[in-house]
Amino acid sequence: MGRLLVPLGLGFAFLYLPILLMVVVSFNDSRMVTSLTGFSTRWYASLWSNAPLMEALFLSLRIAAVAATMATILGVLAGFALARFGRFRGRGGFAGMMAAPLVMPEVITGLSLLLLFVALEAAFGFPAGRGAGTVAIAHATFGAAYVAVVVQSRLSDMDLSLEEAAMDLGARPWRVFATITLPLIAPAVAAGWLLAFTLSLDDLVVASFVSGPGASTLPMVVFSAVRLGLTPELYALATVLIGAVGGALVLAFVVLRRRDRGASLP
Amino acid sequence: MSRTADNLPFLRIEGVTRRFGAFTAVDDVSLDIDRGEFFALLGGSGSGKSTLLRILAGLTEPDSGRVVLDGQDMTGVPPHARPVNMMFQSYALFPHMSVAQNIGYGLRMEGAPRAAIRDRVAEMLALVRMEGFGERRPAALSGGQRARVALARALAKRPKLLLLDEPLSALDKNLREATQFELQAIQERTGTTFVIVTHDQEEAMTLATRLAVMDHGRLVQVGTPGEVYEFPNSRFVADFLGTANIFDGVVEAGGPEAARIRSAELGMAFVSAAPAPGPAGMPVFVALRPERLHIERAAPDATTDENRLVGRVRDIAYYGDFFMFHVELPGGRTIRVSQPNLRRITARPVDWDDRVAVTWDADAVMVLPE
Amino acid sequence: MTAATRRALVLALPVAWMLLFFAAPFAIVLAIAFAESVEGIPPFALALNPANFALLLEDPFYAEAVLRSLRVAAVSATLCLLIGYPMALAIARAPERWREPLLLAVILPFWASFLLRITAWIGLLQDDGWINGALIGLGLLSEPLKLLYTDLAMYVGITYCYLPFMVLPLYATLVKQDPALLEAAEDLGARPWRAFLTVTLPLSLPGVVAGFLLVFIPAVGEFVIPELLGGPGAQLIGRVLWTEFFQNRDWPLAAALAVVLLLAVVLPIALFQNRAAKP
Repeated sequence: MGRLLVPLGLGFAFLYLPILLMVVVSFNDSRMVTSLTGFSTRWYASLWSNAPLMEALFLSLRIAAVAATMATILGVLAGFALARFGRFRGRGGFAGMMAAPLVMPEVITGLSLLLLFVALEAAFGFPAGRGAGTVAIAHATFGAAYVAVVVQSRLSDMDLSLEEAAMDLGARPWRVFATITLPLIAPAVAAGWLLAFTLSLDDLVVASFVSGPGASTLPMVVFSAVRLGLTPELYALATVLIGAVGGALVLAFVVLRRRDRGASLP
Repeated sequence: MSRTADNLPFLRIEGVTRRFGAFTAVDDVSLDIDRGEFFALLGGSGSGKSTLLRILAGLTEPDSGRVVLDGQDMTGVPPHARPVNMMFQSYALFPHMSVAQNIGYGLRMEGAPRAAIRDRVAEMLALVRMEGFGERRPAALSGGQRARVALARALAKRPKLLLLDEPLSALDKNLREATQFELQAIQERTGTTFVIVTHDQEEAMTLATRLAVMDHGRLVQVGTPGEVYEFPNSRFVADFLGTANIFDGVVEAGGPEAARIRSAELGMAFVSAAPAPGPAGMPVFVALRPERLHIERAAPDATTDENRLVGRVRDIAYYGDFFMFHVELPGGRTIRVSQPNLRRITARPVDWDDRVAVTWDADAVMVLPE
Repeated sequence: MTAATRRALVLALPVAWMLLFFAAPFAIVLAIAFAESVEGIPPFALALNPANFALLLEDPFYAEAVLRSLRVAAVSATLCLLIGYPMALAIARAPERWREPLLLAVILPFWASFLLRITAWIGLLQDDGWINGALIGLGLLSEPLKLLYTDLAMYVGITYCYLPFMVLPLYATLVKQDPALLEAAEDLGARPWRAFLTVTLPLSLPGVVAGFLLVFIPAVGEFVIPELLGGPGAQLIGRVLWTEFFQNRDWPLAAALAVVLLLAVVLPIALFQNRAAKP
C-alpha cells in the first residue's frame, strides 16, 4: 500500500488540478483566464446576466429532468425484466438492444436518431420539427440503458428469497414489487436517475444532431462560446455546476453511509 | 390421528414430479402427513428435498402430480394465496423494515386491522422470547435472534402448514441445539404442522416425529426416527443415518424368527433376529452399527465364528465422549467399533495392535436387500 | 392476471421504445448509407448505391481517419491503464472505510460537466497558459512550448476524461481478490513484485480488458476532445463524420461513415466476447 500512495496522489492531482484551477480563476478579477490579479465575484454576476447562457442552462435542466425520469421508468422495467424473468423468448435481442447505447459512439446515436426523426416527420408529420422534445427522447434512450444496467445489477445482487418470502406471506406480485423490491433497489434507482440526468446535462454531440433551431442546450452554447474564446464566465459556470453536482453526490453518499451504519447499530 | 372430512390426510403429496431441463429434481413423490406432525425431509444436497418444500410453498410448480392440503387442491394456487408459510434458509428478513414490521408483514398483506396486527406481533415476539426487540432492524440482530424473528414472521398468519428450509444451518453448534429445543417447544405449543428440510441427520432425528430420507429426487424411506435408524430398508439409508459397517453376504437360511447370512469374504456367518428378506441364495448387505458392537482382548485360541470377528486394532480415534476402534480383519477389511468413554483414558482395556474379538447380539444385525 | 400477461405488460414499454428509437434508426442509417446525395431537403434520394462505401475505400483520407482513430483510442486506453491500474490497486488495498470515499473521489469529476472540464485544459495548455507560465517562471523555458492543438493535448484530454472508466472495473476485480492469495504467494517465496506479476495481475485481466474496452470504444468515435484540444491534422472518424454531415451536408456519406465506425467498435467487442466465451 505504502508505495502505491504516490501514483494514487498523482492520479488525483491529475483529476483535480484542472478543476481547482477553474474554481480559482472563476473568482479572479482579470478578463484573462491565465493571470491572477485579485479576488472578484464579478464573473458570477456576469454569468447570471448572460441571458443566452442562462436560458440554455434552464432548458438543459428541464430536458435532463424529463429525460432522466423517462429513462428511469424504461430502465427499471427493463432491468427488472432482465433480472427476474429468467430466459424468455427474445431475451438476448432485448438485452443487446438495452445495452448497446452504452458502447455506441455518440456521433452514431445522434446521426441515427436525427435520420429517424426526419423520416418520421416525412412519413407521419410527427415530430413536427426538432427541439427540446426530440433531445429529451434521445437522452431518455441512452439514459435508459444506464439505468437498466444499474437496476439489473442491484437486482441480481439482491437475495431472491426476500421477494419469495413476501409472496409466501401473502403479497400479490405488484405488492411484492411495491413493498419489497422497489424500496430495496431505491438507492440504485436514484443513482440511475442522477446518472441519466447528468448524462443528459452533459451531452453535446447527440443534442447537436437532434435539436432544432431555438432549442440550444447548455453544452451547445458553451461549445460555441469556447470556440470564440475562453472567458472566466465559463469557469464560473463550471464552478457552479461542479459545486452543485459534487455537493449532491457527497450529501447522498454521507446520508447512505449514515443510514447503513445506523442500521447495524442497536 | 386426525383426518379431514373426506378421509384424506391433512397433507397429501400425490405423484409429484419436477424436472429442471434434463435433471429430475423430484421424481414421482407421494407422501401423506398428518395434522400436528413435525415432519423432516432429510437428504444430501441435490436430493430434491428443497424443491419438494418449494412445491409445497407454491414457489415452484410441479410438472405433474398434486398437493392437497386440508382437503383443498393446491394446484395452480399462487404462493400468496396459500395457507402455508415458510422460514427461509437465509431467513429473508426484509432489511428495510423493523422486526415488528417484518412480523406484521403477512397480516398487513391480508388487510388486517392495525390493532389486531399490533396485538399479534406482540404475541409473536413473546412466543419467540424477543420482547423489546420490535423496533430493531434485522441488521442489528444476532444470528439466533434473526432465526427467531423469521420463525415468528412465518407463524404470525397462523398458517396451516409451516415449512422450514434448513432453518438452523447458519447457527453454530451450541446455539443450534438450544434453538432446536425451542423450535420443538413452539411447535408443540402452537400445534402447527411443521415440515422441515435438513441435511443434518442429527437435527432430523431430534426434531421430527417422522422423517423421510430422500435421494435422487425419490423418497427412499419414511418412518419415525427410531424405525429408520434401527430398521433401514437400504444400504443408502443405513449409511446416511449414523455410521454403519457394511458387508456383502448371501442368505444361507431364512425363517420367520431368524436368518443366517454367509459372508464369503469374512469366512463366517451373521445370525439375525429378523426374518430374511428373501429366499436362500439371495445376495444381501449386512449392516452393523459401531455402537452395537462389543470389543475385548481375544483369548489366544479365539477364532472368527458366528456373530464374532477376530482382528487386530489398527487405530483408536478419541472423540471425547467415545472411542472409535478400527479393527483390521484377516481378509483386509476394517470394522469400526465405538465404546463410550466411561473411565479416564489411562486404563484402556484394549490397546493398539491388540488382538481383539468383536461380538454382537443377533438383534444388531441389519439385513438389507441389495 | 397470469404471469405471462404481467411479463408482457412490464416488457411492452421498453421493447417498443427501444425498437422505435434504437433499432429503427439503424435500419434507416443503413438505408441512407446506400442512398445518393442530392441537393434538397432531405439531402438524399434512396437508392442501392455502393458509391459511398467505394469512396471511403478509395480516398485515403477516410482510411487514414479510421486508422488514426483506432490508434488514438488504443494509445489513450493504454495511458488510462498505466495511470489507472496503480490507483485502482491502491484503493482496493486501502483500509475498508477509505475505499468508498476514494472511489467516489475518482468518479466525482465524471459527474461534473465534461465539456467545461475540457476548457480547463485549454487554460492550462495554451501558449500563455498555466503550464507554460510555470515552466517559464521556473526558468526552465524561455519560449512557450506549443501544447494546445497538438496530439499531446488530445491524449491528455481523452485520458483525463475516461480515466474513471478504467479505474472502476479494475477496482471491482482487484477488491474481490482474496488477500490470502498474495500471502500464499509470498509465503511460497515470491517477492512482492513477483507476487504481483504472477498472482494479482493475471487475476485482474478481466478487469483490464473491460476497462480497456470501456475507454477504447467511446474514444474511437470521440468528437469533442480532438475538436477542442487536438490539432487540425487530428482528423478522427467522429470529427470527419461531423464535418461531412454539418458542413458538407453529405448525409449518405456520413451514414456510411457511421456504418464503418460501428464496425470498428463492434469488432473488438465481438473478439473480446469470443475470447471470454472460450474456457
